[in-house]
Amino acid sequence: MEDMNVEKEKQKEGTASANTGSQSDPRLIAFVCNWCTYNGADLAGTSRMKYSDNVRVIKLPCTGRIDPLFIVEAFKKGAKGVLVSGCHPGDCHYTSGNYHSRRKYATFRDLLGYLGVDLNRVEFSWISASEGNKWVAVINEFTDKIKSLPDKTTDIFTKK
Amino acid sequence: MSRIGVFVCWCGSNIASTVDVEKVREEAAKIPGVVSAVDYKYMCSDPGQNSLRNVIKEKNLTGVVLAACSPHMHENTFRKAAVKEGLNPYFVEIANIREQVSWVHEDKERATAKAVDLMKMMVEKVKRDKPIEDVRVPLNKKALVIGGGISGIQAALDIANGGVEVILVEKEPSIGGRMIQLDETFPTLDCSSCIMTPKMVEANQHPNIKLYTYSEIEDVSGYIGNFKVKIKKKARSVVEKDCTGCGECWNACPMHKNVKSEFNLNLSERTAIYVPFPQAVPLVPVLDRSVCLHFKKGGKCQKCFDACGPKCIDFSMQDEIIEETVGAIVAATGYDLMETSMYGEYGYGKYKDVVSGLQFERLLSASGPTEGVIKRPSDGKTPQTIVFVQCVGSRDPEKGVPYCSKVCCMYTAKHAKLFAHKVHGSQSYVFYIDIRSTSKGYEEFVRGTMEQDGAVYLRGRVSKIYEDNGKLIVKGADTLSGNQVEIAADMVVLATGVIPKKGSDKLAQMLGISYDKYGFLTESHPKLRPAESSTAGIYLAGMAQGPRDIPESVVSGSAAASKILGLFSKSEYEVEGTISSVNEATCVACFYCQRVCAYNAITRKEIKDRSGNVVKVVASVNPGLCTGCGACVNACFSKSIDVKGFMDDQIYAEIKSLAV
Repeated sequence: MEDMNVEKEKQKEGTASANTGSQSDPRLIAFVCNWCTYNGADLAGTSRMKYSDNVRVIKLPCTGRIDPLFIVEAFKKGAKGVLVSGCHPGDCHYTSGNYHSRRKYATFRDLLGYLGVDLNRVEFSWISASEGNKWVAVINEFTDKIKSLPDKTTDIFTKK
Repeated sequence: MSRIGVFVCWCGSNIASTVDVEKVREEAAKIPGVVSAVDYKYMCSDPGQNSLRNVIKEKNLTGVVLAACSPHMHENTFRKAAVKEGLNPYFVEIANIREQVSWVHEDKERATAKAVDLMKMMVEKVKRDKPIEDVRVPLNKKALVIGGGISGIQAALDIANGGVEVILVEKEPSIGGRMIQLDETFPTLDCSSCIMTPKMVEANQHPNIKLYTYSEIEDVSGYIGNFKVKIKKKARSVVEKDCTGCGECWNACPMHKNVKSEFNLNLSERTAIYVPFPQAVPLVPVLDRSVCLHFKKGGKCQKCFDACGPKCIDFSMQDEIIEETVGAIVAATGYDLMETSMYGEYGYGKYKDVVSGLQFERLLSASGPTEGVIKRPSDGKTPQTIVFVQCVGSRDPEKGVPYCSKVCCMYTAKHAKLFAHKVHGSQSYVFYIDIRSTSKGYEEFVRGTMEQDGAVYLRGRVSKIYEDNGKLIVKGADTLSGNQVEIAADMVVLATGVIPKKGSDKLAQMLGISYDKYGFLTESHPKLRPAESSTAGIYLAGMAQGPRDIPESVVSGSAAASKILGLFSKSEYEVEGTISSVNEATCVACFYCQRVCAYNAITRKEIKDRSGNVVKVVASVNPGLCTGCGACVNACFSKSIDVKGFMDDQIYAEIKSLAV
């Protein structure tokens, strides 16, 4: 069933991807801020660290820019897990954007649960520009966690 | 219709060894709207940039995607190249296939797939890019400096010497701040007055500096380049331009016993009409109406008025509000010392001979209440034994503040040294937690106090101070020897912690700048932008930011000044165009955006019809203040606000392009 969905999607979008988006090889989307986490991910690269290639990063100016609906949309488009990551508390480039994001996340989680999403599929973390190793750890752990989850929980989105 | 060009960079083998760049190029060519897809060994090289420019020209591209290294690496390079061909710089997007693909993954097929995904994402984004113009804000080339202490004076002088007009506002009757209260300064023992008064005079006489003493900031509005400031000039009751500073008035004043001198920290008295200290700048007295007999007894006393030769005393003077427009502001509000009432065991306030460090400074000072002869406040005798207690309030999270006040170790060493110099055969004891003496010449200075001037340093806390038979008995611990110590002292000096100036939080709110939980003003970035506040056009200097010594305060004043001179060196202030904008047709004026904006960038805007009636109120973004963080976009219920460069439809398109 799942694979059929994937095939359909592929035809619709007219794309080909080695990353099937199935439960065993899940697609993860990370919404990150431009100043801390994006740079942290870059640092992992310049340090030649290796991590799971299931993640796709969408860069935003600040986690405060992340609309909860982006997360819903990501699940709707077949993501099996969504990560939100920004600057540590007190370090926000825009003073308080990460606090707005944290508050939104706290309330939005409940709503996601109500919609039937396994809350294990949404992760929130603080990764600074100097924490390339933390980025690697978070991505690897999150990927492993998603792979270990039963799949039926996101049907509400994949069915459309 | 979009005409997108995709350029896939090999980065030598950095990308090409893990990512099949040809495959990425082939996939790019299949995307609707992509009219050109090429791969090249080094896109950032001159030939690479030229090929980019040629394709933009030949294919008349409307957007460019570079699948290359991180945007933080070469985004600007490629934007500049695009601009040369007449493309809007924001029509260049980068897919980061090096730092976030080729360097972190090993499986070539999967890495290529990821690179294709990222490239597609950026194609979808660039299709929806709108031209963005950088915003230009006009500058009023005039600066306001709040606070006339050493850092404020330094900032004002540097700006004024750069040829820019400065308004220097000081709350007290004279400029000089805390530094002019000090006696000699560590580690060189320069006399503070000797190095400070010339600066004060220079500030007063500088043709580019307009000085407002005994004045406070009443209101600040506006933004970088265009701040509207209201200054309240409090009624001095003395006409400044006519006063010669002769002193006849304060000599005639009958109120010379009961009023404590604020400048001397209650160690002496002053008259109702007074100058805080003899070297005051300007040397114009202030009439303290709260104690003046003329005001208390219905106008009977006017002895000062009668004594004044030029007749410049004006009992009917009113507070005056002065409005100024400035382009930049320096907040240099300085510091206060902690109240030590919570340390009841030290007896401050109870025993006259337990004084604060700043009070001891006045006792040392030649212009102080004892004319530089150290005398105990209780009986005027010269003390032979003084105990200095460091970290009173500082580094004490339980009762005081957790931070280190930074200057106390040094000024205590200075006090002990000066005491030894002034009272031969005397003995001082210093209770300390750690000695922090980290600047140039500081460690040697403290060593000198211990070794040449014989101060006994005891590592430990004082538990109790009480009076016994005319002596102050100090009980404490010497943790290095493990003994309890008891010292019979003639005086005790408490090195009380530094806290922000009273009222600086209110000023910060007025200015729209942030402050930490203690009330110290916070920098835009603690390391890389230490002179800037969180609000564009407002700069910080001196102890208002946190404990620091005189050289550091001077440096910070100069830093703020150089930032302002740099800002003013251009005719207009340029802001990146990636800022928010409001759709006025759909805005419902709920102003949730205003609540989340950390920069006060959202204002109310009234839309009027032709006859001037307000037909609608909407939110409006001030381009001088907006930083483009996008917090307002999510706060908007009616989806009426969007941030350029990261618009909703772009992000949804990016997510859609990742669909599996």
